[in-house]
Amino acid sequence: MLEIKELRAGAGDVEILKGITLSVKPGEVHAIMGPNGSGKSTLAQVLAGHPAYEVTGGSVTYMGQDLLDMEPEARAQAGVFLAFQYPVEIPGVSNAYFLRAAYNEIRKANGQEELDPMDFLDVLEAKLKVVEWEPEIMSRAVNHGFSGGEKKRNEILQMAVLEPRLAILDETDSGLDIDALRIVANGVNRLRHPERATIVVTHYQRLLNYIVPDYVHVLSGGRIVKSGGRELALELESRGYEWIEEEVGAA
Amino acid sequence: MIETYVREFEAFSANGGGSPAWLAEQRRAAMDRFARVGFPTAKDEEWRFTPVTPIAQASFTPAPAATVTADALAPFLFGNPGWPLLVFVNGRYQAELSSAALPGGAVAENLAAAIARDPSLEAHLGRHAPVEESAFTALNTAFLREGAFVHVPARVVLPEPVHALFVTTAGAEGGVAHPRNLFIVEREARASIIESYVTLAPGASYFTNAVTEVLSGENAWTEHTRLQRESESAYHVGLTHVEQERDSHYRSFTLAMGGAIARHNLHVRLNAPGIETLMYGLYLTRGQQLVDNHTAIYHDHPNCNSWEVYKGVLDGRSRGVFNGKVFVKPEAQKTDAKQTNRNLILSDGARVDTKPQLEIFADDVKCTHGATIGRLDEVAVFYARSRGIPAAEARRLLTYAFAAEVVHEVALAPVREELDRLVLERLGTLA
Repeated sequence: MLEIKELRAGAGDVEILKGITLSVKPGEVHAIMGPNGSGKSTLAQVLAGHPAYEVTGGSVTYMGQDLLDMEPEARAQAGVFLAFQYPVEIPGVSNAYFLRAAYNEIRKANGQEELDPMDFLDVLEAKLKVVEWEPEIMSRAVNHGFSGGEKKRNEILQMAVLEPRLAILDETDSGLDIDALRIVANGVNRLRHPERATIVVTHYQRLLNYIVPDYVHVLSGGRIVKSGGRELALELESRGYEWIEEEVGAA
Repeated sequence: MIETYVREFEAFSANGGGSPAWLAEQRRAAMDRFARVGFPTAKDEEWRFTPVTPIAQASFTPAPAATVTADALAPFLFGNPGWPLLVFVNGRYQAELSSAALPGGAVAENLAAAIARDPSLEAHLGRHAPVEESAFTALNTAFLREGAFVHVPARVVLPEPVHALFVTTAGAEGGVAHPRNLFIVEREARASIIESYVTLAPGASYFTNAVTEVLSGENAWTEHTRLQRESESAYHVGLTHVEQERDSHYRSFTLAMGGAIARHNLHVRLNAPGIETLMYGLYLTRGQQLVDNHTAIYHDHPNCNSWEVYKGVLDGRSRGVFNGKVFVKPEAQKTDAKQTNRNLILSDGARVDTKPQLEIFADDVKCTHGATIGRLDEVAVFYARSRGIPAAEARRLLTYAFAAEVVHEVALAPVREELDRLVLERLGTLA
């Protein structure tokens, strides 16, 4: 589904990703862990097409297409979803309007009929249950005045409604209390499907107790320095990141 | 050309503009004043960013009478079709297109009829908006005759807004109208009044010089919406002068999207304690338009609150001007005044001059102001795109959101919805 080969990217003159290679197959959940500044979030944002980053080398193939050649909206329409680490506030646009606009753009791009507000409400109601929210949240402006936890929950709601084929969660668990974490994890687990894949970018192992990954990759200095199964996350939890960095340094 | 107006004034005085005597005298004094001072120049601080040379050098003559059909007005009407409506075409009242029966002894009619009927108007008309303040006000007062008069007696609650619609036709090319409005909302009364300036000839060049005086009585609630949708080749100068009494609530929303050069002054005098004033404004400009908003609020008494938010969206090579004055007298303790002017620039050629001007002489007050000029947040654009919304649509959505934030402050839902529609319609034309 996703083939990342020797991906290099940076911002301005600073190279942040220094050759990332990663293969994600349908049905898999990959966790990307690593210390602050390792390039985890950059990788997530580059995959979504963030304009602040420039790709300087390598390739990314998604469903047989050159992902890096696609506009951010085209990526979304093809089923790529990034849950932002810092979701953006949009005062003046209701959550309902924004989400319906996104939902319909994606449907339109895929040759499906757009839904009117009433029909969309039906879709929405079921998804609100996933994140344990009341419909009132939909009349508030997008993320405006939301608490940190509410913003993250809103990302998961968007993901649940848009049903991406490839979901990328950028530190969605950071700053969440245990209840919010459970809701976020539940949203991700509900989306698990043999034809869908998830990349969970996280700093903490805690989330992986709820979202059990098939693979864990450790990013350091813009490279994947270690890959393994779920047990790698547990080892990181007990030993920290230093030992890996030492191991890499020694090699 | 001043001479054109002097000449037209003599004709106007001889033809119905000469009575009653108190008004004839007022008009004459106003004309003398105008002839003496003439149009403002760039040296005038109040007009520094808004050159009125195109108005001063043209020879606008009174716009001719014209008839329009009810169908032609349809695009400018909104809300409930039963709303009281006063229609003026090229500055002249159109009784057959108007319908303004109000409950509880309230009145909405042509000002000319009110002048003929009600001698008590002498106490108000021209007493609040001083001709000394602006040459344009003097000029309007000299030709004062027609416009909307709304009177809501004490404790009367108007169930529906009154819409005063000023329409300009293609025949008004090169013409001028001086609409004069007077809104009196007495103690404990409640009213919503909409003032619309629209055109049936989007390319026509003409001049509208409007003055509105508003009285909001003790504990009265007044909502005032002003929609300026003139031709983008026209000139529009307007003054709204508001007098507020104790515990009254006045909220204003002004939309300015028309005019080659458009200027609106909103002056609010707080004449007693306990007053609340909300001033919201939105200007949407494109092409070569210049839209100027000047506001002034006079906190003369303690315990009054004023809240002001003006927003601008500027495209093309257009220009926006904002000047917001807040005066707080020494006795106006516990004043809470907040002023905000935010501008969104959509193109390299657009430009804004914004100037908050606070003069505070009391020491126990809360007064803040802020002005910003910026572009769309690219991270927000990316956020919308990452959800599948195409770039152009994302930009429109965020631009709409910027404007909608202030539109959503309008209390009355049908007015709010109409404003929403106008904003969306305009943004639909953006690249």
